[in-house]
Amino acid sequence: MSRLNEENVALAHEIISRYPRKKSALIPLLHVAQEQEGHVTNEAMEHLAELVGVTPAEVLGTASFYEMFKFEPQGKYMVNICTNISCQLVGGEELLHHAEKTLGVRPGGTTEDGMFTLEDVECMAACTEAPCLQVNYRHEYRLDNSDFDKLIADLRAGNRPEIPDHGTLGAVRQHIPADRMAGIESPETAGTPAWFASRTAQSN
Amino acid sequence: MATNAYVPHAAGYVDNEGVKIVSSRFPYEDSYTLERSLATGGYEGMKKALRMAPADVAALVKDAVLLGRGGAGFPAGVKWGFMPPVWPRYLVVNGDESEPGTYKDRLLMERDPHQLIEGCIIACYALGLNTCFLYVRGEMPVAQERIAQALNDAYDAGLVGKNIDGTDVSIDIVLHWGAGAYIVGEETALIESLEGNRGMPRLKPPFFPAAKGLYLKPTIVNNVETLANLPWLMINGSEEYKKYGSERSPGTRMLAISGHVKRPGVYEVEQGKVSFRDLFYGENYCGGITDDNDLKMFIPGGGSAPWFFEEQLDVLLEASEVGPAGSMLGSGAIVVMDETTDAVRACLRVVRFFARESCGKCTPCREGTTWEEKVLQRILDGHGRPEDIDLLLEIGANISPGVYPVAAHPDSGLEAVPFPPKQTTICPLGPSSVAPITSAIRRFRSEFEAKIANGSASEETHELSGTSA
Ligand SMILES: Cc1cc2nc3c(=O)[nH]c(=O)nc-3n(C[C@H](O)[C@H](O)[C@H](O)COP(=O)(O)O)c2cc1C
Ligand code: SF4
Ligand code: FES
Repeated sequence: MSRLNEENVALAHEIISRYPRKKSALIPLLHVAQEQEGHVTNEAMEHLAELVGVTPAEVLGTASFYEMFKFEPQGKYMVNICTNISCQLVGGEELLHHAEKTLGVRPGGTTEDGMFTLEDVECMAACTEAPCLQVNYRHEYRLDNSDFDKLIADLRAGNRPEIPDHGTLGAVRQHIPADRMAGIESPETAGTPAWFASRTAQSN
Repeated sequence: MATNAYVPHAAGYVDNEGVKIVSSRFPYEDSYTLERSLATGGYEGMKKALRMAPADVAALVKDAVLLGRGGAGFPAGVKWGFMPPVWPRYLVVNGDESEPGTYKDRLLMERDPHQLIEGCIIACYALGLNTCFLYVRGEMPVAQERIAQALNDAYDAGLVGKNIDGTDVSIDIVLHWGAGAYIVGEETALIESLEGNRGMPRLKPPFFPAAKGLYLKPTIVNNVETLANLPWLMINGSEEYKKYGSERSPGTRMLAISGHVKRPGVYEVEQGKVSFRDLFYGENYCGGITDDNDLKMFIPGGGSAPWFFEEQLDVLLEASEVGPAGSMLGSGAIVVMDETTDAVRACLRVVRFFARESCGKCTPCREGTTWEEKVLQRILDGHGRPEDIDLLLEIGANISPGVYPVAAHPDSGLEAVPFPPKQTTICPLGPSSVAPITSAIRRFRSEFEAKIANGSASEETHELSGTSA
């Protein structure tokens, strides 16, 4: 049973309503699917195809382009270490090697207890705080080997409750109350906003 | 606040003296809340704009010469003028920041989301459109949360959405988020991604977004920092704006200086007033090279930029100075490398990034970047062949024909070749992979030769255990 659950179907409809074309909602919806199961399942992709009105192959076509979507179960915590240039210069690769030894896995691998998946990744927009990593996309800055060991111990001990399990992105979602929305229209029917026409006429 | 102070809650940001156009709220710990924003003049620029005619707002932005902060440095006001009188039209905000070395849009989104939202409304109003998409990089959940909360609060407060601030103006801003792909930062790929597709660039022409963008309707794509300038600009006017920075590049830039400096950080700096030397060695900025080592080279504008050296230290920080000197200011990403840096290893790391991130649409880029990476890897590992140096240059010439932009080197009689490079590809990603190669080989050819000559005698390999996905 890995179609979207009832709550997420409602959420999916709300997300879709914010786009002029349904397919535009696909990437946010794939994140919702990944949040529910920890990875993106075939059933979820079939369900999303129904929701946005495309074929399942088109959903997979989109999903498979993006690195964040995983099609197999992942560790509870994705540990992504940056080895790009700013990090490399101050020890990013050495940190990755230390992580490999500590966790006993190579990049892409998951520890046997299912706690950690290790990845070596590209620049994560924290270059001045190098070497750095993300745990489920939450940044940790200027780490040495002992900082890394402490981080792993803390995660194992459940001392980092602010970091959600893999799959969850933002804990806060956008919500536009119906009576506050200006109105999203299809590109086929939308025209010039009335306010623009009147204000432009006034100033001429 | 003391000069030169790190601001703990805004990791990396350094609060130093000087005008603050986009980072003025960073020192406040609660800078991302609506309360703090409103208490410090938030949404005043928007309210002022809504009392003006849309065309007058656009004229003000054009007069201010607000150069795009996403990389290409094109004036926002001029780009806005390219929109044909066709509706619907869209504004898409580029918050996909992922150019190696770049760290400023994430700070702007996490630390002051209301400033960005206000900037978006001002732009939408000037452009006469009512739907804006704010595309935030997938790997930035904190930025997504802060913007989501800020939008929810602003909608509730009547500052976004229907009848903004009690006027007839109604504009929606929709938070959208990506899922990991550097190339999606390129504006036509961003649009493809926003349509729910694989994020591959479109061939330009005919698809210049201003004419045919999202759903093939006129679309303006602007960078986060570009739009974050608008509230200040509206409140203070273009004359005041032009008092800062230089004539050709008014205002400030958010610059991230990383690598081998004593005080790496993100600094808001007036354009064209400060040189790289001031930035690296000035007590007000980075305070010198790590361990007082010698500088070997630096990247002035992100992984895609050709490298600079000692001779370029006095170039001023503005696009119109850096371009003719053979590189680009790009996304304000400055990476400093000292004498301990292995030029081949650094070159490989940047090239490897482009090989991993190539979208695969054009053959010279897809095949070429992979090939470049393999050849560099074998040189580094001690398996290089004498012909490899020429091979690297030849592969590069297939992606970017002609003389590649380069910095001057008076000692070897080399003159600067101005930016940008030519391309056989759909977008500039492929040609960007050539920058580190030509930069490193022209300057440090002997290091490549030594590695090849020593062959497998070199004692260590630097092979990254990572997968080359
Ligand atoms: C490969 C590539 C990656 C890019 N990445 C980004 C990016 O992450 N953020 C950004 O604002 N612009 C990026 N750009 C530039 C955009 O295409 C576009 O020029 C910019 O968003 C326009 O905004 P501006 O005029 O306000 O600078 C990239 C361009 C290329 C070719
Ligand atoms: S140059 Fe590379 S990244 Fe750009 S469109 Fe071609 S293959 Fe894709
Ligand atoms: S290079 Fe590691 S965060 Fe940018």
